[in-house]
Amino acid sequence: MSEAVLENGAEAPGKQGLVDDWSRDKQVFGLPWGKAMMWIFLLSDTFIFSCFLVGYMMVRISTTDPWPNPSEVFALDAFGYPVPLLLIALMTFILITSSGTMALAVNMGYRKNRKATFWLMVATAVLGASFVGMQAFEWSKLISEGVRPWGNPFGAAQFGSSFFMITGFHGLHVSAGVIYLLVIAFRVRNGFYERRGGNYEIVEVTGLYWHFVDLVWVFIFAFFYLW
Amino acid sequence: MSDDSTQHPLKIYWIMWGALFVLSTFSYATDFLQDGTLRTTLILAFMFAKAGGIVWIFMHMGWERLAFKVAILGPPVAILVLIWLMSLEGHYVEGSRLEHYGESTFEPQTPEHH
Repeated sequence: MSEAVLENGAEAPGKQGLVDDWSRDKQVFGLPWGKAMMWIFLLSDTFIFSCFLVGYMMVRISTTDPWPNPSEVFALDAFGYPVPLLLIALMTFILITSSGTMALAVNMGYRKNRKATFWLMVATAVLGASFVGMQAFEWSKLISEGVRPWGNPFGAAQFGSSFFMITGFHGLHVSAGVIYLLVIAFRVRNGFYERRGGNYEIVEVTGLYWHFVDLVWVFIFAFFYLW
Repeated sequence: MSDDSTQHPLKIYWIMWGALFVLSTFSYATDFLQDGTLRTTLILAFMFAKAGGIVWIFMHMGWERLAFKVAILGPPVAILVLIWLMSLEGHYVEGSRLEHYGESTFEPQTPEHH
């Protein structure tokens, strides 16, 4: 144990720190349990989304039918031209904006600025809800054009099943995140955490979930919409 | 502990936020390139840059101890094996479909715009 602590009381950094953390006969991760467990949940979620994306890769490789061109399928008319992926690009920027407001909310939480934390979390939730709204619009547009999980007029049938499965599961995560954000935001505002010792770690844990939703979208955008 | 990760100034978040906007714009711009190695490389490069920034700065992984970084970021590496195996399998299935059913006769329509 004494080797793990430097002269100034700090734990050793780097590789020596890794060895010390695992071998010092006590709790390995010096983290609040909520934060460690959220990360472990997100790790399991990483595997779920990876399985969806790998499954999509596999059906896209193995089909002999032409794959629909996402640039054309997801184009919208604007300024008199079909602009490729217009709505998808907008959704990407909305999600990034919401990640920024969430990061600020976490910081304001640690500064115990309850009002700013509340409003930044509400802003994040509103942006998240508008993302889900745009996704609903995108789904109805594709459904009206005849895209189904079992087939579509633009190419391989597997396009529809991959699209609805992957974006649907991501949209479900965003919707759950909006509810989660609102619950925590109102608890911050009404002083729930103030009565429990004024610890705003929960805002960071909520933030981890929200940033993860943005992170998954980065991969969906690259592999499903751009590839 | 995470105490040192909670105290840093706002500046780093503003920089990361701006960087994500710029990288997303570049990412979107790859859609206007011709299909090929350059486009694929750029898609992956911008994707990993964005993902890295989100995990390292926004999710504070950069300030965690190495034991935690390894425990969380290590296991997803196994997914590379799954990707490799499924791409082998996918190419094999495509080959046997071509061999037994022949080339696709599907005639795709061009999507209309709204």
